[in-house]
Amino acid sequence: MSSVMHSPSGLNFELPEELVLLKRTIREFVEKELWPIASQVEETDEIPQATIDAMRSLGLFGLPFAEQYGGAGVGELGYCVALEELGRASAAFSNLLGAHCSIGAMALHLDGGPELKARFMPALCAGEKLACFALSEPGAGSDAANIATRAVLDGDGYVLNGVKHFITSGDIADYATVFAVTDPARGARGGITAFWVDLNGPGVTRGPKDRKMGLFGSHTCELIFRDARVPADHVIGSVGAGFKTAMKTLDMGRLSLAAGCVGSAQFMLEKSVAYAKERVQFGQPIARQQAVQFMLADMATEIFAARNMVYHTAWKADRGERFSMEAAMVKRYCSDMAIHVVDRALQIHGGSGFMKETGIERAYRDARILAIYEGTNEIQRLIIAEELLRG
Amino acid sequence: MKIVVTVKHVPDTNAEKVLDPQTKRLNRSAVENVLNPFDEYAIEEALRLRDASPDTTRVTIASIAPRSGLEILRKALAMGADDAVLLSDDAIAGSDTMATAYLLALLLRHIGCDLVLSGTQSTDALNGIVPAALAELLGVPCLTFAKKLMVEGNSVEIQRETEDGYARVRAPMPALVSVTKGINEPRYPTLKGIMGAKKKEIRTLSLTDIGADPTRVGAAGSKTVVESFAAAGARAKGTVITATDPREGARRIFDFLIERKAL
Repeated sequence: MSSVMHSPSGLNFELPEELVLLKRTIREFVEKELWPIASQVEETDEIPQATIDAMRSLGLFGLPFAEQYGGAGVGELGYCVALEELGRASAAFSNLLGAHCSIGAMALHLDGGPELKARFMPALCAGEKLACFALSEPGAGSDAANIATRAVLDGDGYVLNGVKHFITSGDIADYATVFAVTDPARGARGGITAFWVDLNGPGVTRGPKDRKMGLFGSHTCELIFRDARVPADHVIGSVGAGFKTAMKTLDMGRLSLAAGCVGSAQFMLEKSVAYAKERVQFGQPIARQQAVQFMLADMATEIFAARNMVYHTAWKADRGERFSMEAAMVKRYCSDMAIHVVDRALQIHGGSGFMKETGIERAYRDARILAIYEGTNEIQRLIIAEELLRG
Repeated sequence: MKIVVTVKHVPDTNAEKVLDPQTKRLNRSAVENVLNPFDEYAIEEALRLRDASPDTTRVTIASIAPRSGLEILRKALAMGADDAVLLSDDAIAGSDTMATAYLLALLLRHIGCDLVLSGTQSTDALNGIVPAALAELLGVPCLTFAKKLMVEGNSVEIQRETEDGYARVRAPMPALVSVTKGINEPRYPTLKGIMGAKKKEIRTLSLTDIGADPTRVGAAGSKTVVESFAAAGARAKGTVITATDPREGARRIFDFLIERKAL
């Protein structure tokens, strides 16, 4: 590594040594284990069990969680660096990991009590059990506070009734963080509670796999709760504080999702640069054409901006500072950036990019959801505006 | 049992390597440096021995490198090694294989060990001399090209890879064993291991610490000198055989190979 001049202000853009190794290790893993099977995952709509096992042995499922529970404790910056590298593989892998680490188990990690965490976090960190995050409902997408799933106290526990939909990994997860209304009169201000729910328990049904535009290999489905009993000690945080838990978790989720955008866009840029140098038209490589050069230049510039905002926000998160506005900005910008970059990559690849073989058309289809899930980009703008106009 | 694995940091094997015309040495700053891939097999083998008897075995990584070599030691620690020692001194630059072996011998005497494991060679110079030279200078048995390794009591036994099979070789410890690529599949450092590695100790030693004679190291202390170097000549263009009948084409390729005694 190059020697770095530390500025008098202490500003230093160099990744810590262990994160450099983390980044390199995950890149190697992606190149050797994940990228070669990306087309197979797309065709079969399944990630092979052997690959999930390999991800588990590497320790991916416990990345952001505390070492005391068996996690790797890489911090928010480390987690973003990891997801950036994973973003180079097919989106199926980052969705599997994201549903579990970024939001599903993250809610428990952030707001769960010590006993609940001690019971469940070790198996989640080891990847022996998988988690998902169940907030969205048919009638409550962007308007998340409008959820209708009810949890009613009955003896020593709660009885859950309602339907969650578009739940990533809902088909394979063992547990879900489920948000339900405990006090209809109070709504988002004290009326919603987060529950840690065993999806293999009675009263829980999983709907059929949704048929999607992309993200093959990662599945979403409905989770249907009919008189599902949840023990009272499975409340995450306190009764009525669920909406805060959801927002806090989504701050984390948005930041790490943006990190994945940076990695996938970087990979598209690299593929585009290589293709532009090699593809000959009008007697010379298309990289000689200014039209192509300008596209590459814009792609690189946008990626540069995106990566810096992700790292900066992660740094802020690691310092324990509030970063809700930044998370919304980062999610909004990076997802739009990734969609734009993959569109340009496809344009540079021309007809070849439209064919299955290059993997560009897959990335193109996979990218579109980025501006929608974990809060649409319109909702991100509302969050940013609200922070700006606060007080 | 104390196992020491000797490792080297080498230019990324995928990178294009450039020789500096002035120093006639490899330009190591132009490319990213990585842990010598051959050494990863030695580390893996050491870790397997340690994992089989974790309470009584300790794996130490030893290397001679500039300070930037710390990075590869961290990788070895992230894979699971217990600690590491780095011999780093500006005066070492330019040392040839014998000078390197001399330093490694002093370093290993300084830290002490029962079993030394190494790769068969490094991917940069591909000399493959250091393991044997090191064993000689340490005065211990040298078991090379192990494709299988077993420790029993105070002795080590290997299957030494040969062209048409293997030879069983046994020696009392302390001993040095160089391992081949076939011996195992090195593990990835786990992500937990990577984060844990920063808490493990890396001792940095200088020439004075190990009592090295400064006249025996560096370019001045080396017996070999690179006089000159030249680029390998471009390969001659191959012969293209065109035939309309596949049998005829195959026949002509067959004759071509016979003529060159390739078959």
